[in-house]
Amino acid sequence: MINLSRAASGLLLSVAALAAPAAMAEETTDYRVAVIRVVAPGPMPISRLDLPPDDLGFAGAGLGTADNATTGGFLGQSFSTETVLATPETVEAEMQKLLDAGIPYIVTLADAATTVRLADMAGDQALVINAGSTDDALRGKDCRANLLHVAPSDAMLTDALAQYLVWKRWNSWFLIEGSHKEDQALGAAYRRAAEKFGATIVETRVYEDTGGARRSDSGHVQVQRQMPVFTQSAPAHDILVAADHSGVFAAWLPYHTWDASPVAGSAGLMPESWSPAHEAWGATQFQSRFEKLAGRPARDEDYQVWMALRVIGEAATRTKGGDFDVMRAFILSDKFDLAAFKGQKLTFRDWDGQLRQPVLLVAGNVVASVSPQEEFLHQVSQLDTLGVDRGETECNR
Amino acid sequence: MRRSVTRSVTQPVMRLALACSAALLAGPALADKIFVSNEKGNTVTVLDSASLEVIHTITGMQRPRGITASPDGKHIYVCASDDNLVRVYDSATYEELPSLPSGPDPELFVLHPSGNPLFIANEDDNIVTVVDVVTRQVLAEVPVGVEPEGMGVSPDGKIVVNTSETTNMAHMIDTTSYEIVANVLVDSRPRFAEYTPDGKILFVTAEIGGTVSVIDTATNEITKTIKFDVAGILPEALQPVGLRVTADGAKAYVALGPANRVAVVDVASLEVTNYLLVGQRVWQLAFSPDGKFLYTTNGNSNDISVIDTATDEVTVSVPVGEQPWGVVAVKTE
Repeated sequence: MINLSRAASGLLLSVAALAAPAAMAEETTDYRVAVIRVVAPGPMPISRLDLPPDDLGFAGAGLGTADNATTGGFLGQSFSTETVLATPETVEAEMQKLLDAGIPYIVTLADAATTVRLADMAGDQALVINAGSTDDALRGKDCRANLLHVAPSDAMLTDALAQYLVWKRWNSWFLIEGSHKEDQALGAAYRRAAEKFGATIVETRVYEDTGGARRSDSGHVQVQRQMPVFTQSAPAHDILVAADHSGVFAAWLPYHTWDASPVAGSAGLMPESWSPAHEAWGATQFQSRFEKLAGRPARDEDYQVWMALRVIGEAATRTKGGDFDVMRAFILSDKFDLAAFKGQKLTFRDWDGQLRQPVLLVAGNVVASVSPQEEFLHQVSQLDTLGVDRGETECNR
Repeated sequence: MRRSVTRSVTQPVMRLALACSAALLAGPALADKIFVSNEKGNTVTVLDSASLEVIHTITGMQRPRGITASPDGKHIYVCASDDNLVRVYDSATYEELPSLPSGPDPELFVLHPSGNPLFIANEDDNIVTVVDVVTRQVLAEVPVGVEPEGMGVSPDGKIVVNTSETTNMAHMIDTTSYEIVANVLVDSRPRFAEYTPDGKILFVTAEIGGTVSVIDTATNEITKTIKFDVAGILPEALQPVGLRVTADGAKAYVALGPANRVAVVDVASLEVTNYLLVGQRVWQLAFSPDGKFLYTTNGNSNDISVIDTATDEVTVSVPVGEQPWGVVAVKTE
């Protein structure tokens, strides 16, 4: 009996403890964030397992907001996040509504062209954080001073894979790229990565997207005949690298190649910012919290939106007061760092607004490796062995 | 290679000789026992501190991490993270005793100086669970920040500190009311909290921030932030995790994770005086009961290193189980 009552009183007091810090603060600072996701009509993914969940990215926003709010509870800070689903036709009107409402932090899940348009609309009014597009030009010639990127760039992702392949001494690559603009950009990133790390592309082939349904009943019957033929007569190579941003063909490559070749890139061993299999550096806690909240495993977009929210939360914790200019200056300063389950602090590159981050190399249900590989050194930060370095940038902010 | 073999053979022999002569003077006390939790091996390795031989391996637990002992050294408590409970063992017979409830995914804990209760950080639920080790009842659940991890207790037992890894705070909890009485913002991903023996200073390590915050316990203000610098090691690899202060309060040892080093901090000046090369990904630290040795768990090289605290020399490394995480040493009856 004594123990029971003691337990009960302990619980009551602990509830009071939670409420106390917020009550002690004189006034609450509210941080308003919006997440805008643009969904364009397009073909279905090859595998039904890859169908996008309705709350893609928004679930990551939910977790980021909850994490920020728990911390904010001790500091007299509250966080509210508005999520907006838009189409390419409605996105600008939706953005204008957010700007008119005075929301100063806007996280985007959109393609490169739309992201630039939204950043230009925001101007001095809002800080835009790109959590979706991996496009290199967005960090290069199309960069913007008010635009940060928490999603890794194509250059970072391809460098991450290249480092591992070179470490493995798989230096001869057979590159197959898709026919869409994004696929060609990704292919260019692989060519750049090969040159950077001393690999050779023995041949490049383009897989034309001829349209049609990505999935059909018994579709594998034809695929089993088409893919070996498509990949035959390539020069000797250690690995086939697929650049299929659009998801048209790469998933069909493993086990269907003419030669007995491993596959990497857009299928097989894939460079990713996140994987629900990732457990190192406390990541299990993220996975459990996310899965409890969303009822599904986290995707790259969820993790990236969570990171964007945590960028705001971390800056709020460190600067207090809620002043937009102070927040923005802090985020861009060398005092800012983010802990995001990647084993080291993540910081923004001042030359293009890109968040430095390790990249997971995911093979099916396991994280096979994490780049940068320790053998690749850098004079400033090992993370700058991934992507476009200060001396190479085309960004003029 | 040859040198290390010679060293690892002669060193324990010398220590055994020393321990024996000490034993002759001190009476029946023999060598101490070192208990190491192996996170991946799902075991606790028991070593004889004099011979540094593995004398027993305790099995039957999932993902053991935090490990501590009762003040009398008779009971060993282990956070079995994937079992969602605290397993308890008799340090003499290695017999498993009734487990304690821990809340989900316990990682680290701290025992009140009196030996009861146990304060456990539950990473998944943003709470600290308080458990009576005698009645095995949960006394309270204290809501804290996101991902509670490090646990420390003041020498007078009045305050328990919890660090929350994503909230980046040290939460000071009153051990009688279970109420949070103060929150101190520290650097990114705080992992461990430890008081000086006089209770005046609280050290909090920040793994991602790469620093140790020095907190004045009278004011709960950070008076200094200790930074680390090792030639040839990238700054992002300097990740402070475990920290222990010597019984005389003169020195603090800080495990620097993937930098594979233990930093020695002079507590009076709060300056780093030395960096000791140990095994890979050094995680947690524990002193021998007499304070003459410091043991380090080296997660990626599957061994523990032994540091002579008089000379600050790393004398030997000893293989244990897979991915050693925590360590505690107790006197043998």
